[in-house]
Amino acid sequence: MTALLEVESLGKRFGGVTAVDDCSFGVPEGSVTALVGPNGSGKTTAFNLITGYARPDSGSVRFAGASIRRPDPVRLARRGLTRTFQQARVFADLTLVQNLVAALQQPWWAAVRRAVRPHERTRTLELLEQFGLSALAEERAGNLSYGQKKLLEFATVLMGEPRLVLLDEPTAGVNPVLVEQIEERIRDLNSRGLTFLVVEHNMNLVMRLCDPVVVLDHGTKLAEGRPDDVRNDPRVLDAYLGG
Amino acid sequence: MSRATAASLVRGGAFAAAGIAFPFVVHAAWIVNIGVLTLMYATLATAWNLFSGYTGYISLGQVAFFGLGAYTLGISFEHFGIGSGYNPLFALPVVGAGVALASLPVAWIALRTRHMTFAIVTLTLLFVVQQLAFNLHSLTHGSSGLMLPTPTFDIASYDRPFYLAMLALLLAALGLCWIVLRSKLGLMLLAIREDEEKARGLGVRVTGAKLVAWWLSIAITAMAGGVWAYYLTFIYPESAVDPLVMIGAVLMTFLGGRGTLWGPAIGAFVLVPAQQYLLTRLGASELYLVGYSAVFMVVLLVLPRGILPSLRDAIERTRERRRTHGKRITRREAAA
Amino acid sequence: MHNVIQAVILGVLIGGVYALMASGLTLVFGIMKVINVAQGALVILAAYLSYALFTHLHVDPFLSILVVTPAMFVLGVLVQVVFVRTLRGPDASELSLLVTWALALGIEGVLSVIFKTTFRATNPSYANRSWDVLGYQVSEVRVLAFCASAVLLLLLSVLLTRTRFGRSVRATVQNPTAAALLGVDERRVSTIGFGIGVSMAAAAGAVYGVLYPFNPGSHYDLISRLLSIVVLGGLGSLGGAVVAALLMGVTEAVVAVEISPTWAAFSFFVVLLVVLLVRPQGIFGLRERTL
Repeated sequence: MTALLEVESLGKRFGGVTAVDDCSFGVPEGSVTALVGPNGSGKTTAFNLITGYARPDSGSVRFAGASIRRPDPVRLARRGLTRTFQQARVFADLTLVQNLVAALQQPWWAAVRRAVRPHERTRTLELLEQFGLSALAEERAGNLSYGQKKLLEFATVLMGEPRLVLLDEPTAGVNPVLVEQIEERIRDLNSRGLTFLVVEHNMNLVMRLCDPVVVLDHGTKLAEGRPDDVRNDPRVLDAYLGG
Repeated sequence: MSRATAASLVRGGAFAAAGIAFPFVVHAAWIVNIGVLTLMYATLATAWNLFSGYTGYISLGQVAFFGLGAYTLGISFEHFGIGSGYNPLFALPVVGAGVALASLPVAWIALRTRHMTFAIVTLTLLFVVQQLAFNLHSLTHGSSGLMLPTPTFDIASYDRPFYLAMLALLLAALGLCWIVLRSKLGLMLLAIREDEEKARGLGVRVTGAKLVAWWLSIAITAMAGGVWAYYLTFIYPESAVDPLVMIGAVLMTFLGGRGTLWGPAIGAFVLVPAQQYLLTRLGASELYLVGYSAVFMVVLLVLPRGILPSLRDAIERTRERRRTHGKRITRREAAA
Repeated sequence: MHNVIQAVILGVLIGGVYALMASGLTLVFGIMKVINVAQGALVILAAYLSYALFTHLHVDPFLSILVVTPAMFVLGVLVQVVFVRTLRGPDASELSLLVTWALALGIEGVLSVIFKTTFRATNPSYANRSWDVLGYQVSEVRVLAFCASAVLLLLLSVLLTRTRFGRSVRATVQNPTAAALLGVDERRVSTIGFGIGVSMAAAAGAVYGVLYPFNPGSHYDLISRLLSIVVLGGLGSLGGAVVAALLMGVTEAVVAVEISPTWAAFSFFVVLLVVLLVRPQGIFGLRERTL
């Protein structure tokens, strides 16, 4: 499997703190890759660097074979790289349908068209159906529960038909039923060719769902490989349990 | 055509009809004069709202472009000979488009900063343009002011053409807002207002959307400045780029309701007559400013959301109450 | 060359006074994300107070700092409690911009009623004295004003770095939630911080009247300069405000001498735009677009 995303020697310092240090790993195309590590290991910073929300001090990112010189969220999204956020972010004052339609990537001259066209509406309703949210289609997104917002956010990033989705702690703060639902969605989408890079703390989920697993510690890669191999790696155990 | 669209068009049409009829029905020149002023502020506020209300970026420099439009028209008389009577008014779209185009580089730089910085940079722009108006003597005649040729309109109904010109601008502004709101551009702007970073992450072209909204807003503002200059036939830096006009327009938008279609105009219809009243009562002394300041404070501290949104909330709450009240009765009946 | 160096000296001296005014503005923003547009009007108010003390009681303007500053500290506290603190919600920052602008208008109005719009200037006997230093003319009052500003800025930095209150302020600036969790009284810090910000303006205002003629409308010119300074330096950064103020003073003075006085203010705006192009967060500001 070729790597859809390649991270090479990524580095980032905030003041005196080194968040990410000479970090390199790859995300094979068609995989559900996990990015794990103890708190403070630099996972979210790595996410931010890859998706253009922070500028790396050193290192490079390659997506779909092309080197990304200055990662910029808008351009990356249009190339097929998109992400969700740790705290589920939705457009609160817009309806669910509007939330989804806003994520449609269109050429600039389409801006004069009607905001929500009939076939776009149909498409969003289909997607909402898959996520169990179709009953709330015209509801204000801000009125959703936290779990529903997470689902909505997940659905929204799919509207742009991405190639790679970065999920930042998709099951954090969410009840077990919803965790199952999210896992089901990831499996389903992955089977249809969508690649995922997931930051997660839920180890059971990671072991079930993800391959490969990349372990970060103190901003650098500690291990990378199949879940069973990584689970039994003494360095990984040390990092999680040791001081 | 949907019901909502038809309703909007009926409302717009009724307003336009009433607006057009007004100066033909009312003959007192001073009332039509207040009408011109009210329409001007309504246009300024609506144009301001088109950018700041929908994107969430508070711009405090709009009035600089009002002044630029005024001066551009005035200077065009001197250097280009744009005619008399109604003809100069046809030069307005060119003035508007030109000023808006010239503003884009500054807007692009300013829009890369966060909201608060943006507000400050635009406010600074206001003062800088005023300074330029003072300094560029050869072009603007500085503090001596710029004279425009007297329009060749009938003295008896002198205010009427300007009233109609302003009304046309207001209708154009309202129409633009209405179209933008219904379009994908409007959806993009609202997404930007809600969460710009998330919008970026989804691939929304945020910079382009903001600049388009900006361009539209400035074009209308500059045209309003042109009409105003032609109306007064004499402009000078402090009046053409007046911070009081800026904060006035912003306040009217806040009063009526930011991000709504009719809010800014409603705010203008309420505040401008009040302003004129203050002026006649206190204008001679400097207490006028204190009165102004007090009105602003009251609006900002008491009704920060504005009239329209507060009204909508109140209606929504009464509906909610009726719904739950109805449910409660049924339950009680069932228990009995 | 001689003229340029003369201009630089002048620019640094006046930049120091602007730094004092701007420090209050940026400090208040750092603590509560509020831009006090009335800062310019408060400077003018202090100028009038100092002027009145000088004209009627013959108090030296530099000495009047000792009276005017505490008085306006109290005023600042009152303003914060009555107007600024009541603003709530996601729009609080933007609303504060407008509320303080309205306040500035109110102050301008009141001053116009009391003092009329004629230009005033505080003219102590030494107002026109100047020294000759290595062939350059150095105005005595400008040096005194600069020294006063430097001393006060030093006191402010000592307050922020070596006192308990100062630590609370810096904690609130960096992370309000964490600071609150650690027991910092956010309301107290905000109120006192605002008061300090206004006192800085007051002290600067007391000497401003000796340097330039002023009337109630002068606050616009001041606030536009102060706003550019704090944005250039980076909102919330004290060091940035000082650097930017000196930069502004020097730029304007040099442009006035080498090109023309009418282009001085415009040239600084161009500097601002160029810096924002490269660093939208200002010289010492924090990166804007992070999560």
